Amino acid sequence: MIYSGRFRKHKRIIKFLALKYIDEYRDINIINALATSIRDVVKHPWNIMEICGGQTHSIMKYGLNEFLPGQVNLVHGPGCPVCVTPLEKIDKALAIARMKDVIMVSYGDMLRVPGTESDLLLEKSKGCDVRMVYSPLDAVNIASDNPSKKVVFFAIGFETTAPINALSIIKAKNLKLDNYFVLCSQVLVPPAIKMILELEGSSIQGFLAPGHVCAITGYNDYVSLAEKFHVPFVVTGFEPADILTGILALVKQLENGRYEVENEYKRVVSKEGNPNALKIINDVFEVTDQEWRGIGTIPESGLRISSKYSAFDVEKHFNTGITGSRESDICIAGKILQGSCKPTDCKAFGRECIPEHPLGAPMVSLEGACSAYYRYQ
Amino acid sequence: MNSNCPLPVNNFDSVTMAHGGGGKLTDRLIHDLFIKELDNSWLRKAHDGAVLEMNGRIAFSTDSFVVNPLFFPGGNIGDLAVNGTVNDLVCCGAVPEYLSLGLIIEEGLKMDDLRLIIVAIRDAAIRANVKIVTGDTKVVEKGKGDKIFINTSGVGTILQGINICPERCTPGDAIIITGNVADHGIAILSSRKGLSFESSIKSDTAPLNGLADAIFEVTKDVHMLRDPTRGGVSSALNEICASSGCGIMLDEKEIPVSDEVKGACEIMGFDPLYIANEGKLLIILPDKYALDVLNAIRKDPLGKDAAVIGHVTEGPPVVKLKTVIGSTRIVDMISGEQLPRIC
Amino acid sequence: MCLAIPGLIMSISSEEGLKMARVSFNGVIKDISVEWVPEAHVGDYVIVHAGSALTILNTREAEETLDLFRQISQAQTDN
Repeated sequence: MIYSGRFRKHKRIIKFLALKYIDEYRDINIINALATSIRDVVKHPWNIMEICGGQTHSIMKYGLNEFLPGQVNLVHGPGCPVCVTPLEKIDKALAIARMKDVIMVSYGDMLRVPGTESDLLLEKSKGCDVRMVYSPLDAVNIASDNPSKKVVFFAIGFETTAPINALSIIKAKNLKLDNYFVLCSQVLVPPAIKMILELEGSSIQGFLAPGHVCAITGYNDYVSLAEKFHVPFVVTGFEPADILTGILALVKQLENGRYEVENEYKRVVSKEGNPNALKIINDVFEVTDQEWRGIGTIPESGLRISSKYSAFDVEKHFNTGITGSRESDICIAGKILQGSCKPTDCKAFGRECIPEHPLGAPMVSLEGACSAYYRYQ
Repeated sequence: MNSNCPLPVNNFDSVTMAHGGGGKLTDRLIHDLFIKELDNSWLRKAHDGAVLEMNGRIAFSTDSFVVNPLFFPGGNIGDLAVNGTVNDLVCCGAVPEYLSLGLIIEEGLKMDDLRLIIVAIRDAAIRANVKIVTGDTKVVEKGKGDKIFINTSGVGTILQGINICPERCTPGDAIIITGNVADHGIAILSSRKGLSFESSIKSDTAPLNGLADAIFEVTKDVHMLRDPTRGGVSSALNEICASSGCGIMLDEKEIPVSDEVKGACEIMGFDPLYIANEGKLLIILPDKYALDVLNAIRKDPLGKDAAVIGHVTEGPPVVKLKTVIGSTRIVDMISGEQLPRIC
Repeated sequence: MCLAIPGLIMSISSEEGLKMARVSFNGVIKDISVEWVPEAHVGDYVIVHAGSALTILNTREAEETLDLFRQISQAQTDN
């Protein structure tokens, strides 16, 4: 039955294309055309890892696997900063939230991630002052508005988020605030990819590189990885057409035995990235070894607050008493994040581990592989 | 929304414990504010309860309102308190008639705010053509409440020939939404500190009895009505699936969302299907009536953006969605509140 | 990992020494840091993540990509 008159159908199409530079990349005709192109090119089976959790989310939300030939196996990577934040950091955040006169401020993503015994939302329900912000600059405003409180911002993220997390510290410094602190859990992508490629038995043959990380860093870091491991990288965006474009470019390289770094997100990413953003990262942070939840310590894969800004480093000023945390024995998040298992390989998936009572971070975060599988499949 | 009511001569700026103590101040509050604004013959009697004359099948519903912030673009907690229960009665197929009003006020709530809320209740009741016939007021100590909690319960008579229940949902039934989704939830968010933004988005809080009348003028053979409040369209439809045993297939490109709400959802990483509405109806009915019902409700300003968004299917009891790119995915029941994300 | 969407710069200002812009996302306006896109102007689209503009959207590249998509789509329809 046709429910819309010609006018209403036209009105709906106009409404539908309202989001400029987003909706065009969700066009059904373009998706079908790209899918056909991929099917025309693929002759052999290929294991492709999409590094970024945002790409995983998009693949699941739009059911992109339906458009791919069976030979293309998408493996979900560790690019979910919520999922890889070390358990010890979360326990520290919880301990800080429980302290007197503290306002714990966080991105929404982290509020439900389980620590050893609790999460930030649970602590809020018990009376702790836990607040959610969209931007870390809002956390600085909270500090400015509450001079008698200590305001601690839980700064997680990859290179995309590092500049704004850094800017919050600079803003606090400019305002001469002595009650703003940052609990830092920043991670870097290239060392994690190197670790995955060095894993014995690694089956990943090509990578969709994270588009928004590359918007900041550029993609020079992937050139040496491509050359050393003979693996192609394609810088890819997040809309359905972007992901299929990235896969198409990747399978073309793979079928022709090439291993280059290509950019298929040119409207956002340039080879050098954003030098101004990199400058602020280098001013406020320094590279450090970093623990990745479920994976272990990866050398030089994280950022910590530099000594120049140590006045804002909560770990230099608060004694949480947390010196190590123990993961659930059942959760195989680490293997999922490294791409060696799928969520459905986990015995607890959909039984003991569901969004209402997650055992690990990938079931909490909306871009975690487990959550995406559970919600959309 | 205006009130010409001057405050009681005692001139309290805020509500005190004494206002809930049952003595003179309580009496003054009830008479000079509540009864004065909500005036009707039942309230004037100031009795312990209201005696009502009703015939036939009666629908009875209750709801409590704890929204924060109390005042948001498009209304306040008072609007929600009336429209919420009115709409629950509408979803039973009833004509809403009488409401009760229970207030739990935290000591320190500004009198001006209380007055604005009561005026909003008055105006919403007039718009919905219902009477507030009985009520109760308590005051709790500072820190034991969140400014004000409101409960409304309501009764209405179910029209002859109307039989609404999830078991009547049948594969092939059309699913109509009466307008743009997610307006209310995003309006609330726009006022929350730390997440706020500028927009013209307003809560869609509204009584839906007028729309229901338009629907029943076309046909009384409506299988299900539901107002998708907390948890949004997704929660409402998942609950219907669970109760009916049927499945549902939605068409994403048919789901009406305003441009600004779409923008806000994209920024925050939200799915509009999971966000609250306060002035929308989901209608499930035989497909043969869908076009006529659609045309009827589109004549009402509250229904101008109505659309058929999907159909009931055979089981299993799962809500599925045909995406804008033509693939199919499951629309799961959300666990807890949707939180803004950066990832 | 990085939810970021394009928004249109409506105005640019300085707040507490930091460069900020009012950015519109389909009519929803948020104050966004443009500290590391100092060359951005009113009327530019920027890619916004967690309250900051990552880069200026290259609209020429965007249109070229969309043209290419339409050509692929057309070619397949013709075949």
